[in-house]
Amino acid sequence: MHYVVRRLLTLLLTVLFVLLLTFAAFRIIPGNPALAILGTEATEAQIELLEAKLGTNRPLAEQFTDWLAAAFRFDFGESLRFAEPVARLIVSRLPVTVSLAAMALGITVSFGIPLGIIAAGARGKAADLLVSIGTQLGLAIPSFWMGILLILVFGLALKWFAVSTFTPWSENPWLAFKSLLLPAVALAIPQIAIVVRYLRNSLLEQLGQDYVRTARSKGLRESAVLFRHVLKNALLPVMTILGINFGEVLAGSLVVEQVFTLPGIGTLLITAIGNRDYPLVQGLVAFIAFTVIAINFAVDLSYRWLDPKIRLR
Amino acid sequence: MRGMRNFSLVLGTLFVSILFVIMLVSLFYTPHPPNEMNVRERLQAPSARHLLGTDNFGRDVFSRVMVGAQTAFQVGAVSVAIGLAGGFLIGTLAGYAGRWVDELLMRATDALLAFPGILLALLLVSVTKPSLFQTMLAIGILSIPSFARVIRAGVLQQKEADYVKAARGLGAGYANLIFVQIMPNIASAIVTTAALNFSTAILIEAALSYLGLGVQPPDPSWGRMLNEAQSYLAKSPWFALAPGVLITLSVLGFNLLGDGIRDLRDNSI
Amino acid sequence: MRMTAEAATGTETPLLDIRDLRVQLRRGGDRSPLSVLDGVTLTVNRGETVGIVGESGCGKSVLSLSILGLLPGGMRIGGGEIWYDGRHPLHRMSGREIRSFRGKEIAMIFQDPMSSLNPGLSIGDQVTETLRLHLGQSRREAKEHAVRLLRKVGLPRPESLLEAYPHQLSGGMRQRVMIAIAVSCNPGLLIADEPTTALDVTIQAQILDLMRTIREEDGTSILLITHDFSVIADMCDRVLVMYAGQILESGTVDDLFERPLHPYTAGLLRSIPTPEKKNRPLYSIEGRVPALHERGAGCRFAARCPHAVERCRTENPELVAYRDNHAARCFLAETEGVHRHAAV
Repeated sequence: MHYVVRRLLTLLLTVLFVLLLTFAAFRIIPGNPALAILGTEATEAQIELLEAKLGTNRPLAEQFTDWLAAAFRFDFGESLRFAEPVARLIVSRLPVTVSLAAMALGITVSFGIPLGIIAAGARGKAADLLVSIGTQLGLAIPSFWMGILLILVFGLALKWFAVSTFTPWSENPWLAFKSLLLPAVALAIPQIAIVVRYLRNSLLEQLGQDYVRTARSKGLRESAVLFRHVLKNALLPVMTILGINFGEVLAGSLVVEQVFTLPGIGTLLITAIGNRDYPLVQGLVAFIAFTVIAINFAVDLSYRWLDPKIRLR
Repeated sequence: MRGMRNFSLVLGTLFVSILFVIMLVSLFYTPHPPNEMNVRERLQAPSARHLLGTDNFGRDVFSRVMVGAQTAFQVGAVSVAIGLAGGFLIGTLAGYAGRWVDELLMRATDALLAFPGILLALLLVSVTKPSLFQTMLAIGILSIPSFARVIRAGVLQQKEADYVKAARGLGAGYANLIFVQIMPNIASAIVTTAALNFSTAILIEAALSYLGLGVQPPDPSWGRMLNEAQSYLAKSPWFALAPGVLITLSVLGFNLLGDGIRDLRDNSI
Repeated sequence: MRMTAEAATGTETPLLDIRDLRVQLRRGGDRSPLSVLDGVTLTVNRGETVGIVGESGCGKSVLSLSILGLLPGGMRIGGGEIWYDGRHPLHRMSGREIRSFRGKEIAMIFQDPMSSLNPGLSIGDQVTETLRLHLGQSRREAKEHAVRLLRKVGLPRPESLLEAYPHQLSGGMRQRVMIAIAVSCNPGLLIADEPTTALDVTIQAQILDLMRTIREEDGTSILLITHDFSVIADMCDRVLVMYAGQILESGTVDDLFERPLHPYTAGLLRSIPTPEKKNRPLYSIEGRVPALHERGAGCRFAARCPHAVERCRTENPELVAYRDNHAARCFLAETEGVHRHAAV
């Protein structure tokens, strides 16, 4: 219990820091933010209006506490460009990004785990080199370039996928799935490389343990030894790595969404930056950072729950 | 197995050296002027004259890709330098001062780490006008936590070592302890971190430039070339290949280099 | 090399009959394999407890692993035979065939019960596994049987123990669990590789008691591997002394303790601390066990033997039986006045 409380406190502290950073980023610009947004053609009246709206004419500390309080209510103000509450905009774009991340995770697990098992079996043979090369490449290829290549091969050359069109789930699930598949693959590839590496090492480490010898001495088939004894122990650290890497997946989707012009959080952020829509940018960054931290926290807790040695202390 | 490990180091050094040479050469010579537009020759496939074809403005892709290496190395070097400097300050302070200073600094770096890399860069870039300088600064700040961690760990570990105590007994000052005694021992850890951060820098710069939020024209960038290339995928697939291959090779090279150095150190223990 | 007198009691076939077993360690490249076991011959009869004693590195664990085909990666059986119950040639069985013996007819317990049990599975899962595999029991049947087994090995509150995990148990309790798993399908032969080495002295006695009880109740034969002579004295009928991949001496426990034929055995016995030796420097055999690649042509113990002569360094003696199946691999044992050198 102690541990959970301590971690929660650390979490809150980190969130606070992150929010501070996000807030401070916009306030450190020299000059007048309202002026920067409106441009040099703006009149005095327009500037004052915007200042009042943004609240930049008040003392800094007050601005921060107000913003903080609002943030905890999920009220990030209103978008300058879209004249809608930031929170509502985020929510409207969330399903696409979440679906994308979920599909990427699904692909990672479905391909990464079997490949990792095969990689462990290939140790010492020529195939081992292949695995090494494969994982190195998987980590080095930028996901947005992979996205472009996938569009080239599967969208244009083979014409299996319609590019740059997105269908929402509510309209047509199958088409929605299709429009998310290529970007999900682009996101999944570096994650698969990570899983294969970690799982291979984890499996090999487990296979060297004494309990494997005991399991064999009981007369179990090799497959039973692998799946009932070894895999379970080997998967645990790998799953937590995946969870911790969720932040990277999210970061990747920021760019990949742009490649495939998907209406998700990523494209919203890029648009907002281009529009100098500060409230929206602020809200998005805070939201994304908070999500990553929260998920890391959840993964950490779940690891402690899943490992019997720690759970039953 | 030893062969395998030297494999990483050898291959990594090879790739990085090749790229470095390409970059150096590009400072003096490219087959065609990289910015010379020739609308009649746009979007050509690779040929004898244009080894990698031409882009949407008729510019020679090969030359542009060569010059792009300059940006990659520049961004990598500067951001690693910033990261190292900042991480050094934080790491030595945290490791040496200990107690609440350490706690505070570590919580701050953890908070920084909580941001996915590119998000932080986007945040920093969004408050200012995108440019080469902003990109380098942003990525540099991003790299600080990993350096800080490594240096702090090294300082903590070596702080209690006998040779440090001996040096202190002989009257060595703070600066001497840090630079002369401790640093050489964590040098290879720092170099590994530097190599891995270099590759991350190249990746993030490419992504930022692809989004139009990084390096701006006329400064060359592989990432931005990919952005341009995407619009013309149907007309010329070749344009999109070269920059991507180079990004991959650079990242691969520095990753292998970092791994190789780390394996070298692990083996010599 | 066969012993010139078999250790068969009457005309009964031995339960375990190992003849001239050779085990080799493959090396990389085109280097020739190293010999780990060099012609080991031993038998275990029904109801007998046979001990194998030796220092670390002599190959006794390799011997025990080779019976069930559990040799680690680079090692393989290079020659010889392993017969179970006179009818089953374990040495040339396929994986599938030998699996039907593991955990069923022949069971093993290992040295370190913490690392030998799966830390991620509950005790119940690990005990019921063999029951369901070999006896085809249902989940419920296996659970009930498991409870009975745990009780049999002296564990308190067996029902709640089923849900526990290995790290929650003490060393002694874990070893009891291992024994429970081993005897769950009523094996004819139990191979115990250093079962008490990792345990406290008081717990050691308890575990040995338990093994004795099981032996009496179920008539299980035991092959006990250890480096501890007191365990041998406590448990075994016959004992073999191993050194550098060979048997140096074999016989009944009485014979070995009272009239050791081989200088190595004598040395080992001399180095056992006893109350009479208090306040005096404890004898220890000089030198160390030769590594696998250091084994020369002569007697492997010659370098450390206080009685070695020239012949010992160039020729490796055969294992020769003297009286009553008391055998030794030593030139000096051949000559008369055999006890002179043994009683150093």
